[in-house]
Amino acid sequence: MKAIRIHITGVGGQGTLLATNLLGEAALLAGVNANISEVHGMAQRGGVVESAVVLGPALSSIVSDGEADILLGFEPSETLRAAAKCHAGSLVVTNSHPLPPFTVSIGQGAYPNVDAALALLAKRVARLVSLDADAYAHQAGSVLSANMVMLGALIKNADLPISAAQVKRAIRQNVRPQFIDMNLKAFDLGFKHS
Amino acid sequence: MHPLLKKRSARPTLLLGNHAIVRGALEAGVAFVTCYPGTPSSEISDAFFDLSAETDVYFEYSTNEKVALEVGAGAAGSGLRTLVIMKHVGVNVAADPLMTLAYVGVEGGMVVISADDPSLFSSQNEQDNRYYGKLSGLPILEPSSPQEAKDMTLAAFDLSEQLKLPVILRTTTRINHARGPVTLGAMKKRVTRGVFEKNPAMKVTLPAVSRNLHRVLLEKIDQASGLAEASPFNLLDGRGKWGIITNGVSYNYVTDALADLSLKGKVAVLRLGFTHPFPKSKVQRFLKGKDKVLVVEELEPYLEEETKIAAQEAGLTLEISGKSPKLFPRLFELNPGLVRDRIADFFGVKHKAAGPIRVTDLPPIPARPPNLCPGCPHRATFFAVKKVSGEDMVYPTDIGCYTLGFMPPLRTADFLLCMGSSISTACGISKATGRKIVAFIGDSTFFHSGMTGLVDAVHNKHNVLLIVLDNGTTAMTGHQIHPGVDTEPLGRDRTQVKPEAVARGLGVTDVAVIQPRNMKKMETAVREALSRPGVSVIVSEELCPLFARRVGKLPKRPVYMVDPALCKNDRDCLNTLACPAFYLEEEAVKINPDLCVGCAVCSQVCPEHAIRPVKQGASS
Repeated sequence: MKAIRIHITGVGGQGTLLATNLLGEAALLAGVNANISEVHGMAQRGGVVESAVVLGPALSSIVSDGEADILLGFEPSETLRAAAKCHAGSLVVTNSHPLPPFTVSIGQGAYPNVDAALALLAKRVARLVSLDADAYAHQAGSVLSANMVMLGALIKNADLPISAAQVKRAIRQNVRPQFIDMNLKAFDLGFKHS
Repeated sequence: MHPLLKKRSARPTLLLGNHAIVRGALEAGVAFVTCYPGTPSSEISDAFFDLSAETDVYFEYSTNEKVALEVGAGAAGSGLRTLVIMKHVGVNVAADPLMTLAYVGVEGGMVVISADDPSLFSSQNEQDNRYYGKLSGLPILEPSSPQEAKDMTLAAFDLSEQLKLPVILRTTTRINHARGPVTLGAMKKRVTRGVFEKNPAMKVTLPAVSRNLHRVLLEKIDQASGLAEASPFNLLDGRGKWGIITNGVSYNYVTDALADLSLKGKVAVLRLGFTHPFPKSKVQRFLKGKDKVLVVEELEPYLEEETKIAAQEAGLTLEISGKSPKLFPRLFELNPGLVRDRIADFFGVKHKAAGPIRVTDLPPIPARPPNLCPGCPHRATFFAVKKVSGEDMVYPTDIGCYTLGFMPPLRTADFLLCMGSSISTACGISKATGRKIVAFIGDSTFFHSGMTGLVDAVHNKHNVLLIVLDNGTTAMTGHQIHPGVDTEPLGRDRTQVKPEAVARGLGVTDVAVIQPRNMKKMETAVREALSRPGVSVIVSEELCPLFARRVGKLPKRPVYMVDPALCKNDRDCLNTLACPAFYLEEEAVKINPDLCVGCAVCSQVCPEHAIRPVKQGASS
């Protein structure tokens, strides 16, 4: 196989790092090499949280501009901020539910019209899938499971050597017992509705 | 059982680079671990804190890195295998004992982790700690992956015992916070009781002793050079007239680039993992017969300069390049695309990268900087202090979450160098400008290196107000304990040292302890302190709400709401306090009940008293 480079972006508290790790665990279950990078520390105080998963025959664990085969965005304006990671053949899977940064509330910048901007982005890449992950997460039991909705949407739409069953097994093996059912439900909702 | 204590297994486990280091140390039979937490190293120490509760590994969060290294030197000097963990700038703090420990050496293996942070994800500088190898004489190993981080940690203990020298394992953020498959090996039996063999003529660094010890160190460096020359961590890939010398995470980018450019097998790659002492002969053999060689490394041209020295001594005149305006920058971390493009340029190979899509016509995205959390007691303190001392006051600050006081609208950060610099720089600013200066420092940072500056302030009769932001934890790096923490809720038995007691003990007579949620009291305390010349200390005492929630100590308080009948939309709450729980809905300020922790600070700021607690049972 060729290496598949996935860039993941979101906001502190959205569970992007858990989703990133589960993707890595599922890759391991699928017998696929996975190299992952995460950012910890200062960036997690309500800031942008970026991570990357590189699957297959590659040693790098970060993704340069123009090199993401897949951009997985947990928040629409963050998807747009990371758009330069994409090339013309990229798949973008994004949450459409906005989480305006605090700077907007105190009048330091305006939150963009993300629907229009995502439509523009969709024309530049091979395919863009957008879904309201927060709404499906509510349906699953808590907005905190939006990360699993996004994983479901990723597995459904991306041509990955990882199956839905393998991701679900990774969820069962790595998530705290009391949250497993909700997370599996959220994953299924994301898979079904994207 | 802690997952890092699992039995050996051939099936790989997905591990964070930092956890791979923990496992490597456990497999080496590490018995004694000290640290001061700091990104990107913190997960190493956090794992040892957790697993020390179920093993006989001794672990401590030391007061600072110097102390951590000295406590570790005592243990390693008594024969125990010892790990000392710190971030790159922590090595500066520990540099004094480190330089002379290189003279004295160790009995039990000692590994010092220096976690460097190219691109400054969470640091005040991006210094390249490979130079500490040259400065101290100590061996340096540099891994390229989590698996190798484990392997090198394990090997570093043996190397240390062979040379009787501490060994530095130098990582970067992209190794510490990378996650990859790692195989778990067997864990050696720990030796947890040591003996200190007296030998003052070799261990008490009087000038006459150290003259001899310096000679001993140079002999050990010679011995280490021989080991570096033969080290399996210095790998040779491929052959050809073209060469690349690289290290650490850059090796991954080089390998991927050569595959992308179909240059695999045409370019020889020398990946150096044992980088100090520099394996000069190995590099000279590599250079011989090459037309040109590119050195790919992050930050400073350490390998490049050593390679050029090696070439000169071998009488080789081939082109050796690395850091230059057309090739690699000395700033920030590298990335795979950049490395591929520069390799293609350097060797004159054509390649067609897809390249990024056009994004220039996408709308600008508002910044999302990190911010103090909702209900963070620091916000209340900053607000009250600034209300009294004003915009003109110069605010030296320190390292921790509260450095975010930098952000508008609080803007209570004017000068920062390093851990502990707030109080001492305030002394200088106060003398130079002729006024009393307000400095901020966190509780963990106060113990780390604020106390010595405070003694200076007392002794030299400086005119400063030090505000100790005591939130009962080391918040920024992930809620580690420190000498001021009540460890009972965490089930640990440590003696708690209160900052106000330390301040009084150091001779400060003007000491107050204030809870910052009571803003009137805080304002009064600041006003009174500023009216008195000399050294004042106010301890602003309130648990970090994130930590309080974790240990079940977050008081159940009603959340707050804006009463639309009373709100005149002055927006003082938003414009001057700016808690992230506020948001605007149809131009009216609202409070997100999921984010509000009920600290009631905003209700004291509102001139209309329009911010009120939500009645129990009522919906917002």
